[in-house]
Amino acid sequence: MPLSEHHKKRRGRNLALAAVLFGLVILFFFITIAKLKGA
Amino acid sequence: MTVRSNSLDIFADSGHMPTARDYFELLKPRVMSLVIFTAFVGLMMAPGTVHPVIAFTAILCIAVGAGASGCLNMWYEAEIDARMKRTAGRPIPSGRVSRGEALGFGVTLAVGSVVLMGLAVNLAAAALLALTIWFYVFVYTIWLKRRTPQNIVIGGASGAFPPMIGWAAVTGGVSVESVLLFAIIFFWTPPHFWALSLFTSEDYKAVGIPMLPVVAGERETRKQILLYSLLLAPLGVLPWVIGMTGMIYGIPAALLGIAFVAQAVNVWRERDSHQAARGLFKLSLIYLAGLFVLLLADKALGGAF
Repeated sequence: MPLSEHHKKRRGRNLALAAVLFGLVILFFFITIAKLKGA
Repeated sequence: MTVRSNSLDIFADSGHMPTARDYFELLKPRVMSLVIFTAFVGLMMAPGTVHPVIAFTAILCIAVGAGASGCLNMWYEAEIDARMKRTAGRPIPSGRVSRGEALGFGVTLAVGSVVLMGLAVNLAAAALLALTIWFYVFVYTIWLKRRTPQNIVIGGASGAFPPMIGWAAVTGGVSVESVLLFAIIFFWTPPHFWALSLFTSEDYKAVGIPMLPVVAGERETRKQILLYSLLLAPLGVLPWVIGMTGMIYGIPAALLGIAFVAQAVNVWRERDSHQAARGLFKLSLIYLAGLFVLLLADKALGGAF
């Protein structure tokens, strides 16, 4: 069944949010590594 | 419920599902790109080194902080934006995002960017970033913009902070050089925006924002543009004079300054036309971008000349 416009927008927004959260996880990982090296 | 009236609540809930693109537009991406660039130059010009991941984090925090400022500006200005042709298509006045959503988004990003800057980079950079956001939202947007024709002179400080934040991310403090980068943008802002307001003053007049051409007239605005240009041109050469850069920066910066003043003189002499003002507006963009690219080029070549 084709998704309604509303569902498409919600899915797009959720995917964007997931990408941001995933990006933050990666960033925090590398910040930790950088800080540990600095210490 | 979808209710449209002229009250502040017209943007409360249009029943529209905002997309990720709508949220991105709230961050004023074009302004953000200039902020990223100047912050990057400040970071590169600073003495010392910083881990690339920390440098990236600092630039990201500055970008997000600038975006949050833009978002909170749109939240506060929604009603005015709806009445101006240039801004009527923004996400809040067009009903794509509610004011409440924009407020929540802006506050979250502002707090998040300052906290991350403080934890991952250093406290000086975080304090400057917090000051920048506070200055843009409270001092410029809420306090000055609708009250005084000097709004962009003082409010321009918020746009001038990013290279200082970039500098502080590396050094952990403020120095004469970083204040000089601040001063260049600070004195560049009035002639840039007043040149723009000369040919968009009708929009500002209609919504009651006291831009200089609206309050003091075109003649006074043209005089003020020239005065600020005369201050800006020598300031643009100061990084060379104090030994912060070499000739690779110094000579083109001096030439750009001469071109800026010459165009400001054209604006001052112009009557009943905005052609020179449009020219100065475009030149001002080239001038600032040019100076900061030259700073990078000079640094990359290690002051070889």
